[in-house]
Amino acid sequence: MKEKWSHLMKKDGAKTVAASVISILIGLLVGCIIVIITGLTSGNMDGASVWDGVRLVLGGILSTGRDASGSLTFGFNPTNVGNMLFRATPLILTGLSVAVAFKTGLFNIGAPGQYLIGTAATLITALSIPTSAVPSPIVWLLAFLAGVLAGALWGAIPGLVKALLNINEVLACIMTNWIAANLVTWIFDNSVWRNLEEYGKTNYIYKTSHNGVETARAGLEALFPGSQVNWGFGIAVVIAILVYVFMTKTTMGYELMACGSNRHAARYAGVSDRRNIVLSMAIAGALSGAAAALYYLSGNTEFYWQTYQSLPATGFNGIPVALLAASNPIGVIFTGCFMSMLNIVGQQLTSLTAFNEYITDVIIATIVYLSAFSLVIKLWLSGRKKHKAQPPAVPAASAADGKTEKGGEDA
Amino acid sequence: MTFLIQQTLIYAVPLMIVALAGVFAERSGIINLALEGIMIFGAFIGVLFVQIMQQTGAFDGAKSDGNWLALQGLMLLTMLVTAAAGALFSLLLSFASVNLRADQTIGGTALNLLAPALVLFLIRIIANQNTLYIDGDAASWFMLRKSDLGFGRNDDLGFLGETFLHRVYPATYVCILLFVVLSIILYKTKFGLRLRSCGENPQAADSLGINVYQMRYAGTSISGALAGIGGFVYALTTANCSSNGDVAGFGFLALAVMIFGNWKPLNIAGAALLFGLFKCVAASYTSIDINGDGVYLLANIPISPHFYRMLPYLITLIVLAFTSKKSRAPKAEGIPYDKGQR
Repeated sequence: MKEKWSHLMKKDGAKTVAASVISILIGLLVGCIIVIITGLTSGNMDGASVWDGVRLVLGGILSTGRDASGSLTFGFNPTNVGNMLFRATPLILTGLSVAVAFKTGLFNIGAPGQYLIGTAATLITALSIPTSAVPSPIVWLLAFLAGVLAGALWGAIPGLVKALLNINEVLACIMTNWIAANLVTWIFDNSVWRNLEEYGKTNYIYKTSHNGVETARAGLEALFPGSQVNWGFGIAVVIAILVYVFMTKTTMGYELMACGSNRHAARYAGVSDRRNIVLSMAIAGALSGAAAALYYLSGNTEFYWQTYQSLPATGFNGIPVALLAASNPIGVIFTGCFMSMLNIVGQQLTSLTAFNEYITDVIIATIVYLSAFSLVIKLWLSGRKKHKAQPPAVPAASAADGKTEKGGEDA
Repeated sequence: MTFLIQQTLIYAVPLMIVALAGVFAERSGIINLALEGIMIFGAFIGVLFVQIMQQTGAFDGAKSDGNWLALQGLMLLTMLVTAAAGALFSLLLSFASVNLRADQTIGGTALNLLAPALVLFLIRIIANQNTLYIDGDAASWFMLRKSDLGFGRNDDLGFLGETFLHRVYPATYVCILLFVVLSIILYKTKFGLRLRSCGENPQAADSLGINVYQMRYAGTSISGALAGIGGFVYALTTANCSSNGDVAGFGFLALAVMIFGNWKPLNIAGAALLFGLFKCVAASYTSIDINGDGVYLLANIPISPHFYRMLPYLITLIVLAFTSKKSRAPKAEGIPYDKGQR
């Protein structure tokens, strides 16, 4: 048994999974420690509420509220699970967006901007085509495609300036993010899509259900009563599988990955690195656009259009999703669900205890921080089992899976 | 015009000092993408410190006496505290990138995620809302007026006096002074030369007996301290000394200023002023009276305010497109230093 285990641990994939699990555990530990420290140092919380906080951080997804005596109860909560799947939908797609760019050696920090542009295109299409003239499933499809296309075009911009002018894609992405944030506000300012009907809804766009367009829920509402889940989750999973097939089984995907592992070697082998950089960023943008489309086409979500001062967290959270999955498209499905689970945990913390949802962002940040040196964790994992005579031979410069282009060459 | 200059300085100075923060890190060989996060953290600690000082009542006497020297002393103290906080926070980055040879871009991104999360978590627990304010008006605590300097309310100090002595934050001048002193240190001292050599060719620097790890720690810590100060000054001057886990992308804009300024302090100062002007126009274009004839020229041009807000980012992208061929980043930035690879 022990031999089997050590044999398994020699495989790179297993080490990657182990490194991710360790990152998650440390992240959760840090979250618990912060809850304990703040709970014990602030005057109005006692040991019991700290214990409640810790239990919710670790198992909030199973929380079923408080019973009559005021103590926390746990069990299967279909509403929570359904909402988890619903929120995982955009996270899986933005995670894929970041992962595809990583595989080509690019750091797509532009997912928030692509997500916003995708949101705008989707909402405008879904609300503008009258469902009285066009069947609503076709409007749904058109809106989805509009979001994907708009995201792809927006993602292609940093790709183009990187390929043609050698501007660092991180910087170009950050700039296009803020340009998108202002542009989207500009588009919706004084537009006909603003929700002026419902009282108290300032600065919101109509839900797509206003025009009768929403993602099918067929049966899921019975399975997860009270939640927002719909078949968008299934679409996201299918897209993840398609991306996996594209990256590993097609020539095009192979060329993208070749550019990521060694841009110069790929060029030597006759692969156009410039074309692949643009292509990779366009695909990444399309995936972020799809994330926005699926989120807002659900029919029960609203878009706050005065967004020029902030960027959507869903875009940024694609980064930890991709890092935690080591940029594996199938892994992204699971890490996306994990991230949305943390989101639910945060919600439970806010509603049931004196703590708040931001602790889960701290956990996510810790996990990203750890994944920055996941290579070290992996080396440590393999070093434990090997003899000392075999020093780890991986050069540090090649760094983690999500290695970005060396900054000194560009910008 | 007075208004325009004052407002431009208010936006330009945090940009300038944070861009210099970026220079110190990158010149030592570490890409500091975490500037935004460190600014957020610095702003929070600064506002918290001022609030605590107010609650203990240590400076209430100075406030009621109108003793502006004591109040400015409090401000300097706060700046020191935020510098320490920023440096401490940046240790997370230097530890990961120097000792653990982590990917610096991802490490920086982690800090950018961590800072707002931690800050909002604590603000919600401290203040039970999403923004931490100080009691009373921050401007009245830290702004310098001509009456403070012994002039009468109606005295005319001339254009220069009205612009630079009345209704200004002395914090701005402290930052400019810091900027000059640190630029000199970077270029004219032994320490500065050693620091820069670690960002260009750490192997050569090491062979001459310079401790590359130490230098990189020093560069990143100075960077963190400056970004912490910059964050607090930003919160003080543009957000009325409140902290809400957000500095509206100023840290990233500072990175752009740094690259635009080609990693050189003088160019950075110029670039920061230019960006400050754009930011100022975007924020207050309806009330800018350029030549003082009572006509608000920009408000009369039918251009959407959203366009002005977008302008700094758009221009950065365009300018980078034109200057990218000439720009020269420190050669060894972003590459973890490995003694074994000499």
